[in-house]
Formats: sequence, C-alpha cells, structure tokens
Amino acid sequence: MNVLSIEGLTVDFNTAEGQVRAVDDVSFVVPENRTVALVGESGSGKTVISQTIMGLLPQMASVTSGKVILADPSGAEPPVDIASLERKGPKMRHLRGNRVAIIFQEPMTSLSPLHTIGDQIGEAALLHRNVSGAEARELTREMLQLVQFPDPVRGLDTYPFELSGGLRQRAMIAMAMICHPALLIADEPTTALDVTIQAEILKLIKEVQSELRMSVLMITHDFGVVANMADEIAVIYHGKILEKGTAEQLFSNPQHDYLKALLHAVPSFHMDKDERLVPIRPIELKSEDLTSNRPHCDVAPGEPLVEMRNVTKKFTLRKGSFLGGKTKTMTALDQINLTIRRGECLGLVGESGSGKTTAAKAILRALEVEGGDILYNRGQGLEDIANLKGQELMDYRRRVQLIFQDPFSSLNPRMTINDTLTEPLEVHGVGTPEERAERVRNLMSLVGLDPRFLRRYPHSFSGGQRQRIGIARALALNPEFILCDEPTSALDVSVQAQILNLLQDLKRDLNLTYLFVSHNLAVVDYVADRIAVMCRGRLVELGETRTVVGNPLHPYTKALLSAVPEPDLSAPLDFAALDANRASEPHLWPEPFQLLEGMEPSLVEMEPDHFVCAPGLKNTGALEGTAA
Amino acid sequence: MLYYIIRRILMMIPTLLVISLLTFFIIELPTGDYISNQIAALKAAGEQSSIAKLEFQLKEFSLDRPFFERYLIWVGLWPGPHGLDGLLQGNWGWSFEFDKPVAEVIGPTLPLTVVLNFATILFVYVVSFPIGIYSATRQYSWGDYGFTFLGYFGLATPNFLLALILLYLFNRWFGLSVGGLMAPEYIDQPWSFAKAMSVIAHLIVPTIVIGTSGTAAMIRRLRANLLDELHKQYVTTGRAKGLKEGQLLVKYPLRMAINPFIADIGNLIPSMVSGSVIVSVVMSLPTVGPVLLSALQSQDQFLSGFILLFVAVLTLIGMLISDLLLAVLDPRIRLGGRASS
Repeated sequence: MNVLSIEGLTVDFNTAEGQVRAVDDVSFVVPENRTVALVGESGSGKTVISQTIMGLLPQMASVTSGKVILADPSGAEPPVDIASLERKGPKMRHLRGNRVAIIFQEPMTSLSPLHTIGDQIGEAALLHRNVSGAEARELTREMLQLVQFPDPVRGLDTYPFELSGGLRQRAMIAMAMICHPALLIADEPTTALDVTIQAEILKLIKEVQSELRMSVLMITHDFGVVANMADEIAVIYHGKILEKGTAEQLFSNPQHDYLKALLHAVPSFHMDKDERLVPIRPIELKSEDLTSNRPHCDVAPGEPLVEMRNVTKKFTLRKGSFLGGKTKTMTALDQINLTIRRGECLGLVGESGSGKTTAAKAILRALEVEGGDILYNRGQGLEDIANLKGQELMDYRRRVQLIFQDPFSSLNPRMTINDTLTEPLEVHGVGTPEERAERVRNLMSLVGLDPRFLRRYPHSFSGGQRQRIGIARALALNPEFILCDEPTSALDVSVQAQILNLLQDLKRDLNLTYLFVSHNLAVVDYVADRIAVMCRGRLVELGETRTVVGNPLHPYTKALLSAVPEPDLSAPLDFAALDANRASEPHLWPEPFQLLEGMEPSLVEMEPDHFVCAPGLKNTGALEGTAA
Repeated sequence: MLYYIIRRILMMIPTLLVISLLTFFIIELPTGDYISNQIAALKAAGEQSSIAKLEFQLKEFSLDRPFFERYLIWVGLWPGPHGLDGLLQGNWGWSFEFDKPVAEVIGPTLPLTVVLNFATILFVYVVSFPIGIYSATRQYSWGDYGFTFLGYFGLATPNFLLALILLYLFNRWFGLSVGGLMAPEYIDQPWSFAKAMSVIAHLIVPTIVIGTSGTAAMIRRLRANLLDELHKQYVTTGRAKGLKEGQLLVKYPLRMAINPFIADIGNLIPSMVSGSVIVSVVMSLPTVGPVLLSALQSQDQFLSGFILLFVAVLTLIGMLISDLLLAVLDPRIRLGGRASS
C-alpha cells in the first residue's frame, strides 16, 4: 500500500520576473514502511516537493496541476489530496505534524531558543493527540527515550542551546515522531552533522521506522546516505524526475547520464591513487599567466615547510551560572607536533570541536598560541612565525593564504568580485592598477569564471561559484601554502568534485602546498597525500593516506572510518557496531591508546612512517616518533 | 539570581557617582554662576545695596570654593558651611530662580511627570504592538501600506503643531480646557474624584502628542524585527507541527521579537522627560521638562543638576528592570554560561 502517491505534480513560483516552474510533472510513490530517497542537487526542486507535501509552500508558489495523495495505512481516515487542501486551513493543520512530519537540515536553527525541548516536542501531542499537559510530558519523555536521549527526564527541561547538534537533531526526530505519523519527511537530516553523529542519526531513523512502521521520504544529495537508507530512489534534476527505481537497480545499472555523472562525482575509498572524479561541469585550467610574479620559494619539494612543535592552545570558557564567577579552560590544541612538507597535501581530519580549525588558524597566526612554536621556512631555514614583524610578517602573509568553509558568509556582500579580488593586491601593494586589473582577470579565468562577472556582487553567484571566487582570492597573492578549511562541506557533490579537481590541478601547476582541513574522510582520502587525525585537541594518528585509511590503528580513526557512509550498496554502515564505541572520549580508549587528563599525547611510530598516539606504548621499546 | 540583583544594585553606586560628577561638570561649564551673574548685572546697573546680600549667598552656597570642593559639598561628601549637607543627606539644593528649595520646586511636578510618562509608554506599547504585528504578518498589504504612511506622517509632523491642532479640536468637540493637566478650577484643590477625572481627560492629548513619534518608530521596528523572525526555521518547524497561525505567532516569533523592546525600557524614560519639553511648554503642562529648560537657561545650577541626576537615576533603574526582565524571559541570557561547555 502506498502511503504517499504523487501524480503529475507541477509547482510554479510567481516571481517578479514571471513564472518559474520549480517542479515539473513529478510522479512517484512512497510505499508503507519503506524509505524512498529523493536525490538531487541544490535548486533541483526536492525541497519544494517536501514543502508541497507538508502544505508549507511559500505564498508565491502554487500547485498548478497534479495530486498529492496521502493514504493513512491504519485506515482511520480516507485518503486525502493534499494539493487540493487550503494550506492554512484546519484540514491541512490536522495532517501536519500528525500524519506527516518533517525533520529539517539545520538542527541549530529549527528549534526555538526560548522554549524547552519538552515544551516544543510536547506541543505536537497537545495539538493532535487530545492529551493533557501531564500526559503530553509523559509522551515526550517516552519519545526522548526512543530517540536515545542520555537522560530523558532532564532532557525535557533543557533548552536547545544547551545541547549538541546531534542531540538537537534527536529532539527534532522526537518531535516529528510523537504523533506516530504515517510519513516522515527527512530533508537532508544529517548534512550539518559530523560523520559519526550522522551514522547514529541514520541508525536512529531506521530503528524508529521499524518500530513505528512508518514510511520515510529521504531528501538528500549524499549518495552515501542514499545507499545506506533507501529502498527506492528517485533522481530529480531541474524539477523533473529523471530516473526512479529500486536502490539495487539504480546503483548497479544507472540509465540516465545525469545519474551516472552524479555517481562518478562522489569520492569513495575504493578509488585508485590517480583516478580522478568526473565533475558534471569540469573547469579547464589556464595557469600559465600566474606563475610569474611570485615570491621565490627555495624550499625543495619534500622538505619541511611548516612545522608545529608542541603547540598548545587553550580557550577560556565561561562556566557555571550566568554570573560568570568561575572560569574553565578548554584545551583546543594539546601539544601538537606536525610537519607539512613542501608540495604535499596534508589532510587534517576530525569531528567538530577536535581543534582542526584552531590548528589552521594558529598556522595563519590568526590566533596566539600559549605553548610551543610554529615554524615556517621562507627559504632561509625554519623561522618561528611568532617573531615575524612588519615587512617580514607581510611577506609571510603573502605566502600563506586561507580558503574558507562557508562561501556565503566569507564574501562581503557589498563588494563587487573585482573589489574582493583586488583587495589583497592593494593591501600588499602589488603592481600598478593596470597590472592588478590584468591579474584579477587572469584569476577569474583560472578558476573557470568569466572575467565579465567581475562587476557583479556575490549574491548573483551559486555556492560553487562563490567558493571558486574564494579560491581566486586566496590565489591572488600567489601564495605557496594554502590552508583549506573544509572548502567543500557546504557544497553539492557535483560541485564538490569540481572544486576538488580544481584544487588538485592548481596544486600541480602552481607547486602549491595544502593543509586540507575536513571532517569528510572520503574527500581527504581523495586529495591528501598524508592524513593527520585529530580528536579533542590531540593528534591521534598520522601517516600516508593509503596506510591510515587502509590500516587504521587508532580506535578513533577506526570509528571515523566506519561511520562514513559509502555510495555503494555492498558496503553498508555497520549500525550494530556504532553504539559500542563512544570513540571520541580519550579516557575510554582501550590500552595502549588510553589518554587520561594531564597525560602527554605522545606519538609512537607503530609502523614505518605511521604514527599513532599511544601513550601506553611509549616506554615499551617502540621508537618514539618525532612526527616527521 | 539574588546575588546577581544585589551585585547589579551595588554596581549602580559608582555609576551614579560618575554620572553626578559629569553632570556637575557640564552644568558648570558656562562661565560664572547664577549669583555671580546677578552681581555683575547689579554692578553694571550701579546698584550696590543688594550686592552684599548676594555675596553672602555666594559664601552660603560655597560657590567661591574650587570645583571639586563644590562638587563634593553638593553631593554631601565634604563639609560645607553647614557641615555635611548635600544630596546624600536629603538636601536637594536651593533654586536661585524660584528662591525656594529644589524639593519644593520639583515636588509637585514629579508625580505628574511620572503619570504622564507612564501613560505615554502605555499608549506607545498598546497602539504599536497590534499595528506592528499586523504590518509584519501582512507585509505589503493595503493595511501595511496604510499604517506605514500614517507612521511616517506621525514621525514627520512636529509635535507642537500636532499639540495645537489636537488642543483646538478637543476644545471644540469636548469643551476641554486648553493647556494644563487639569481644568483651572481644580488647581491647588485637594484631590477628589472629579479632579482625577479631569486629570485623566487632560492626559489624553499630551499622551497622544508625545507618544505619536514613539509609536511610529516602534511600529517600524517591531515590523522589521518580526519580519526577520517570521522567516526563521523554527517558525516553519512550529507550523509543521500543525499550530494555528495565531498561536504560532505569539508563541515563537513574537517572543523573540520583543527582546529589543524589553532592553529598551531603560532608554525610554529619559527620552520621555527631556523629549517632551517643547510639548510641555506649548501645552503648559506642569511637568519637569519646562522647569529643566528654564533652569538651564538661567544657570540655576542646583535645580538643573538635580533634575539631570534624577533622570539618570530613572535610567539606571530602567536598565536594571530591563536586564532582570530579559534574564527572566530569555533562557539564553539566564543560562548562557552553561551553553558553551
């Protein structure tokens, strides 16, 4: 029996520029107790479909034709055509949150900060289940238990800002589940979360689904998630369904070129070293104009370019009541020893809060460190960057640049692209105005953008284009070392492949060195020569990419790797293994990896060129690593 | 929480000291003082007789002492001619212009000022909230445009002009006496029901006049704040739960949107006192505003100093109230410390 049947759905937006068709003649069904994945890039219309089902379409959108029929499998109510209901009317309200529920992408913003979790979850029960306040509270507690809140009773009275992203998303799921809906729409439910938490949330959705016999419509662009969750798949592009079928059919035998291209754009662990992703819209690289006019780099390839020695950084947190009486410090970097060699790409991996961005900022000298030294070789041997002043510091800044994570907030909306790209040149006084203009045009063509776009403002570009502008800005000064802080985590897979290839080509043609910070192991595996894994401010594993990914030694690295959903039906996530290892707690790691408060996180060379943080092995004869 | 309140109140003491010093400094900025000016004027006119009395007053109010000594005597931390006798001891000073103690000059106007201000604030909130909410939820509707137009009209019309027009209309339509806060026959009469009714009737026009621009500004701000909140994700979450639009609006976005207004209470009070001076003069309202104006003009320093300090105290109290209300209403402020760990 089909819980949801969409037939010939067409949705138009009435904008100032005329009618825009967001969804064009879409038909698919969601059977009972099954998961259907709706896959597509941003702007493909997948969210509009979810809004149509929820009756949450914006005012300027209208359903031009088609039916959205919701048939309750319990048979308590006759099937209804949602498309024909008044969006704000009582009939639609009766369905919303009751028979159809939704979880959103951003757990940070989808809960009200002023109300307790218990209040917000129980509200749906009060609205639809005809219960008293006390009963609603009891139901909420049961739901929190179902979504595995650590302490459901306490959880009732916590506010969203007191919870981590993963717990907030659990609360969202509890909210959606409390009325036992027939259909759950999950709109990119894990995109904003770390891989380990993503795996837990996916597991949770599966468990809740089987417990409540509910149908799930999973909206995502991540094929790893699709492969692990979906029974059936519909691929959507520009508002049209290009291909649909069971997961087996689509993964083993994709028919449509678009789906094939999408599948090729996803990095996976099984790729060969020199295999390239195939982006849907590749960029041709013209780098010949850019190699002139750069500070001379005398460091031979393979020699240490950056060295972090026992770098320690602590942050002071306010703690306790809002009087701010007591303070507490958090160690963001705990005696980090790391060397980045000229011409390599070092991948720095870890969950949010592991200190990887702090490490990048420390190298940029955007943060002062409390202990240890950061050394950089400007051709005259390794120098401590903390001692650089004036002209020397300006020279260092020219050599080291940063690409930001969020292409939307890292460009000033009030500056044209031309201003954005010229600014670093002006700051460093490079060239005459004519030369700057020439260079900016070259930069644009280098990242595959039309130089005519220079007069535009950031809002007229897509996420991928903005990220390319960010890369062009980082390249403006012809740096030799670039810190990439999760440059693709905000982008679609197809665009991600494009950006990753661009970064690789630039590295090859311009002899760049990268520190590539990411939480996505598959991406790091694709771009990095060596991988460093961080957890809670400590470096826990370091080695060649192949070695670390193929033979992880540290329990944390193992947990991270096992949590990455692969876009491959034959390698599903091992959900059963997930709850056993709470692998991000250093004091819970098994010997010899256990790391207690105050212990020095020393690296031990367990295999040639493969260092692991294992304090228990330090004195047992194994070579103590200097983390070369 | 109790500890926090006590700490906040203790913190107000040094703040007040600094404010009083600044106030005193600014008031003394113009050269000379009320008495020296009078002496100079008398000397120029060739009258010697009353100079002796004025010079006695000069000593009496220690105006011949150095600046800091004068300040400390005013506050009551330094012995003056009569020992410690300043603000701290409850002596609010002497008004040269009215030739009365400041307490007697201000005394009768204070309650009326407070009543008027309270009525105005109430008016502003009561009128602007429904209109602001209406404008935000029906953005770009005819109603929204209408209120926007009225709002700009209210902002652009000079208050005194509006005051004159309204006074005329109320006089023609309801036979209300022009000016003042009560009908002439009740002035200096003991309080009675009829007198209270008269005060209420006379409050209407000044409340509307003083409140118009505040209301217009508030409507615009509430509309903007609410529009920001209405598009936030948590509102969609609430809607997806099946909440009715009205319930949804009150429970989520409105709660968020009123935060700036609570934070604003502290700022409202001084602007109500000093902002309504012109209107009070035009309508001859017996409030503090006109008294302050004349005191500043004639360098009646103890009177103006006291009024300015009084406004500062009101501001501090207002700030305290807003902070406490914010802490009660917004868990992020109340529990903020716990969040980051």
